[in-house]
Amino acid sequence: MELTSEEQSILGGGRGEAARRALQYQLEVGKFWGAKRFVPVTNVHMMGDIEVMGDAGLEFLRNEVKQSARCAVPTTTNARCMDFAHCERMGQDAGEAVKEREIIAILRRMDVATTDTCINYQTVYQPHLGEHVAWGDTGTVIYANSVFGARSNFEAGPAALAAALTGRTPEYGFHLDEHRQGTFAVELKAGLNDLADWGAVGKLVGESHQNYYAVPVFHSYRRIPTADELKHLGAALASYGSMGMFHFSGVTPEAPSILPSEKMVVAEADLEAVYRNYKLGDGDARLVVFSGPQQSLFEMKNLSYLFENKKVKSGTTCIVTTNSAILKQSRDLGYAKILEDAGVTILEGVCFYILQNLSPMREKNRWTNMVSNSAKIVNIIGAHRFNTILRRTADCVGIACSGVLK
Amino acid sequence: MNIKVKRAFGQVVEGEAVVSEEGFSPRYDLDRWTGLITKPGHKLEGTSIVDKICFFPTAKGGIAAGWAFYDIKWKKISPKAFIFGVTNPVMVQGAVFAGIPITEGWDPHPRAVVKTGDWVRVDPGRKLIEVLKRAP
Repeated sequence: MELTSEEQSILGGGRGEAARRALQYQLEVGKFWGAKRFVPVTNVHMMGDIEVMGDAGLEFLRNEVKQSARCAVPTTTNARCMDFAHCERMGQDAGEAVKEREIIAILRRMDVATTDTCINYQTVYQPHLGEHVAWGDTGTVIYANSVFGARSNFEAGPAALAAALTGRTPEYGFHLDEHRQGTFAVELKAGLNDLADWGAVGKLVGESHQNYYAVPVFHSYRRIPTADELKHLGAALASYGSMGMFHFSGVTPEAPSILPSEKMVVAEADLEAVYRNYKLGDGDARLVVFSGPQQSLFEMKNLSYLFENKKVKSGTTCIVTTNSAILKQSRDLGYAKILEDAGVTILEGVCFYILQNLSPMREKNRWTNMVSNSAKIVNIIGAHRFNTILRRTADCVGIACSGVLK
Repeated sequence: MNIKVKRAFGQVVEGEAVVSEEGFSPRYDLDRWTGLITKPGHKLEGTSIVDKICFFPTAKGGIAAGWAFYDIKWKKISPKAFIFGVTNPVMVQGAVFAGIPITEGWDPHPRAVVKTGDWVRVDPGRKLIEVLKRAP
């Protein structure tokens, strides 16, 4: 790779050992992908919590901070695995909570803003057209590329951290024009009136085109989608298809005027088949989750309408996750009180699928099914051996309050 | 028979092949304490990837995979190498960080050349995978 004098200086240790090692690592990743150079980034969003990092990752961070590692650009954190106010009641390990607190403290010493959110694009930072960033999780990346027209690859925890320390990332993938072109067209014939429907579209399109560089172009939709709808669409495309970008005719800034020749159609019947095909197992309806991604303010508002004057059925657990900023506003606006009065548990700064101790939690509660309106979380929780079922938002609320799964 | 790969990272390794018809994510599919594929319905459900050379056609989702490779390496339950038909940056970032050899692209398709249980050598420098011994 072609290196600037500044990059050569970093490699020579001019900005300390942590930055040197970070750039060396980025160089290996860049070489793999055939990157010709690095691009400066303005913003980094990284995943780092004890559940994903494990003891090995924690030890790595301890070493980083010993070497005075410090962010070169503004850096935020993704959702983490514990809400300390709830971790005892959720049956999470006290020992792991100590480590989680240590990770947060270390990241703050490195000048990371621990926002603990997977919806940074809705609540923290909105990069502009053409702006290079280094983000993860996948839902944040696909939103940045598609809706903002910013440029990021999927940056895993160690890669995002390296970008934070060096202020740059190898130029490959979605940093380059050639990978940002639509590769197939998707005609949206369905009504798509619920967030779960948008996730289901992501499932249908993602599963049939599993490829990081597949870029669908959605078109012919009858109205303008909302940010929350595009969020569920993108999160599901990234999850089922490993995709990092989509276009939406008339909506996203880089949508092409001429559609690619490969075409698919998503119609109402396709969506109904998605819902119909989930197996209900033993009919267990005791776990309903609104998470993955965290809820926006308007999702919180909608849930509060749906749960008003209702009660989560005794024996059923209903969990909503969001970030601290949205929770504060939800409290101020009364949405949180309605949800909590209905018996909903609101967790702050976490995502359900990365909760520490989730498999033992499932066993202890004898949960077999997990019901959600998020196609993403329905997909990604498999290794914890949940049978998962996607349902529309109001249906999820109905299941939580009736204990009956249909 | 040999397989040529398009991109590669890491040291030369040898080991037993596990060939999957289904894609992989260390978060969605793997139990990160035993090294067993545990996702219900995965075509390799119940199979261990510990010390194996793993052939997967695709990579699935997941930023968290980046830390997961380092984690399983530390726990000594990592594969010896990942051989992907098509992969994504997270898998590469994770494997490079953990020092686990990884390759992308294959010619010919391993289906025609290598079966689970065969003993294979991965040579990232030469971008080559060789089948050294057939499974009994």
